Amino acid sequence: MPNNQAIVPAASEPAGAGHNEHPSYLLHHFQSVEQQADTSNFAMWLFLLTEMMFFGGLFTAYLIYRNWYYLAFVAGSHQLNVVWGTLNTVVLICSSFTMAMGVWCAETRRRSGLVLCLILTFILGLGFLGIKTIEYSEKIEKHHVPGFHYNLSSFLDPASDPEIFKEYHDKPLPLDIARHTELYFSLYFLMTGMHALHMIIGIGILGFMIFRARAGAYISGHVTFVENFGLYWHFIDIVWIYLFALLYLISRH
Amino acid sequence: MSTNTIVSLPDQETARIPKKNFLTKENGLLSWLLTRDHKRIAILYLITTTFFFIIGGAAAALIRLELLTPTGDMVSSDTYNKLFSIHGIIMVFFFLVPIAPGVLGNFLIPLMIGAKDVALPRINLLSWYLFVIGGCFELYMMIFGGVDTGWTFTTPLSTHYVNSHVIGAAMGIFIAGFSSILTGINFIVTIHKMRAPGMTWFRLPLFIWSYYATSIIFVLATPVIAISMVLIMLERVIGIGLFDPTKGGDPLLFQHLFWFYSHPAVYVMILPGMGIISEVISNFSRKRVFGYTAVAFSSVAIAVFSFFVWAHHMFIMGISTYSALLFSLFSMLVAIPSAIKVFNWSATLYKGSITFDTPMLYAFGFIGLFTIGGCTGVMLATLGMDIHVTETYFIVAHFHYVMVGGMVSAFMAGLHFWWPKMTGRMYPESLGRLAAVILFIGFNLTFFPQFILGYLGMPRRYHFYPPEFQALNVLSTSGASILAIGYLLPALYLIWSLRHGAIAGNNPWQATGLEWQTQSPPLTENFTEIPIMDHEAYDYAWLERQSRDNRREEAPSAE
Repeated sequence: MPNNQAIVPAASEPAGAGHNEHPSYLLHHFQSVEQQADTSNFAMWLFLLTEMMFFGGLFTAYLIYRNWYYLAFVAGSHQLNVVWGTLNTVVLICSSFTMAMGVWCAETRRRSGLVLCLILTFILGLGFLGIKTIEYSEKIEKHHVPGFHYNLSSFLDPASDPEIFKEYHDKPLPLDIARHTELYFSLYFLMTGMHALHMIIGIGILGFMIFRARAGAYISGHVTFVENFGLYWHFIDIVWIYLFALLYLISRH
Repeated sequence: MSTNTIVSLPDQETARIPKKNFLTKENGLLSWLLTRDHKRIAILYLITTTFFFIIGGAAAALIRLELLTPTGDMVSSDTYNKLFSIHGIIMVFFFLVPIAPGVLGNFLIPLMIGAKDVALPRINLLSWYLFVIGGCFELYMMIFGGVDTGWTFTTPLSTHYVNSHVIGAAMGIFIAGFSSILTGINFIVTIHKMRAPGMTWFRLPLFIWSYYATSIIFVLATPVIAISMVLIMLERVIGIGLFDPTKGGDPLLFQHLFWFYSHPAVYVMILPGMGIISEVISNFSRKRVFGYTAVAFSSVAIAVFSFFVWAHHMFIMGISTYSALLFSLFSMLVAIPSAIKVFNWSATLYKGSITFDTPMLYAFGFIGLFTIGGCTGVMLATLGMDIHVTETYFIVAHFHYVMVGGMVSAFMAGLHFWWPKMTGRMYPESLGRLAAVILFIGFNLTFFPQFILGYLGMPRRYHFYPPEFQALNVLSTSGASILAIGYLLPALYLIWSLRHGAIAGNNPWQATGLEWQTQSPPLTENFTEIPIMDHEAYDYAWLERQSRDNRREEAPSAE
């Protein structure tokens, strides 16, 4: 057959021979552990880039409507509970810290430390969702969920909502402005809901990782899974920090 | 006819398909459905995209039949709306977007860069499954009544006024979008991290460069269509109001989000084709592609520019004149890298030793049709012209010249060119040439009259039209039936060749790419040993040196 010997053989050693360590977790199509780790890390960063674009669509919508309906957005944001929001921000930042410690434990091959950190992250994540549930149920009680008998009374007549009125002393909004608060709450539920969905997925994966880590996984030098999950977790954290600033703190500068 | 060819096949008496290859490695349906081999996944994509092509093609056939007469005498207006919507959705999201990356990209990228597999084989399989699940949603949507919004889901029509299965269709696109995203990530990572020793960026085949550019679009643009589909679904189910003017929302925002994906997606549907054409043109004129670096960077430039042109779909929709001017300017800028490619391919032909094998015929077809499609694109980018012909058949003809005339021709070129590598067997050459010519004639006959129709003012998406347009419509429909033969014929002889084709050997085309330096069909791990790239891409002198060395080695042992 013509030209079939054109391959120049690579000067590679047979698998497992010499100083080339060939651990069991090295997948067959990679040349080295470093290549494998680099590859999955890079893929994770690209995935986070796609996540940025995904949230980007919502941020664009937010930007436009906030510019158009600024007064309605301010009035809407006054309905959010800044204390709960701040607390949630603290909870998430703590969970990012425990996650980072988890990655460090995996790298330094400390099994019990890793399990502890993952469990703490898991609990903090659940705590975040718990607080979010409290906030959501407040909105449901006040009929501030768009599409489901959305109620304008807190904006047309702020005094009817004494707790919030005490804090902000908002003036009543005319009907055509007050109506646009529904868009604010649409974006609020969309953005925080999409964020919560990412949290739920993350917590699910955390549960799986705790299960695996107790059985001794991730501490044999192959830490890319923990590392990449850490990147994902920090990413969610950063998204929340933007959401917190954009949704809760609109008129506080 | 077959004298003027560069094909060199092994002696058919003694040649055998290698017993060990990726097709024979394991048997049984499960070994295919659970495979992580990029080559097998490519075959899976080939089967599924062909299936969707048949559905989309059938819808197109019905549309063309209906348009034979000026009155609606075969289907009702409702059914007609559903037909062109299904045609658009299936052909764009389930054929044109996945076909080149899914089939040729999956099969060739690891082979071309000298890797054993794509970087993330399991993710690769997952992306095929997501594609299939998305496709199932579309099938469900079609069986239970279809959708009549057109493939663009224009709001508020899609959110407030139609009662068809918009949610099913949007869900399918949402899921299939993740398939594109994962494929894009996989390709970028593979090209960055899995190249063989010596395979520097500027030794990569231009095929790889254009797939790299495609993947950039996948990664950056597809998430935006995902979120817009989510918003459409929520708007329909709950009424979130983002696109609802009665609540202060803006329907135009949806179009911005939609075209932010869908315009770059248009380049997803052409960039891989450009990569295929670079390979084919170079090989059948036995010359390195003229201006390799310029062609490589023009791919990336197209990918980058594609993100700044989306609003040229919205010139008549009330966007500000100043932004229309800017988007018009940016749209024209895309013509520059595209023209660089066309000129460089032409320059590659100059003083090349050209043979007219089937892939080359398709490639010539591509250059001509793409040039017409591209130039009409520049016409449409000018504001005055666009406002005159928007929503007419001029637009339909323009994008079919690029997508069908361009991409499908290119895909056929690629499929024929790499068919011997995929199956180990040649297709029948004279039938192949015949099919390429039929496709070219049929295509032009179908779509050139539509330029004229559109310029005369026939609007798209109606099945009634004034009687004076009938002659051109009949011409277009008869062209479509020739075009159909141009698709059926390759389908038949390619299937025939699976069993009866001549045995191809490793390198029937005398091509230089790494994929040709291994057996056909390749081993599951592609190469017996990871190759070292010690020459430039398209180095035909290197190939000759290699075969001379081989002959010298064989000569003494024969005595």
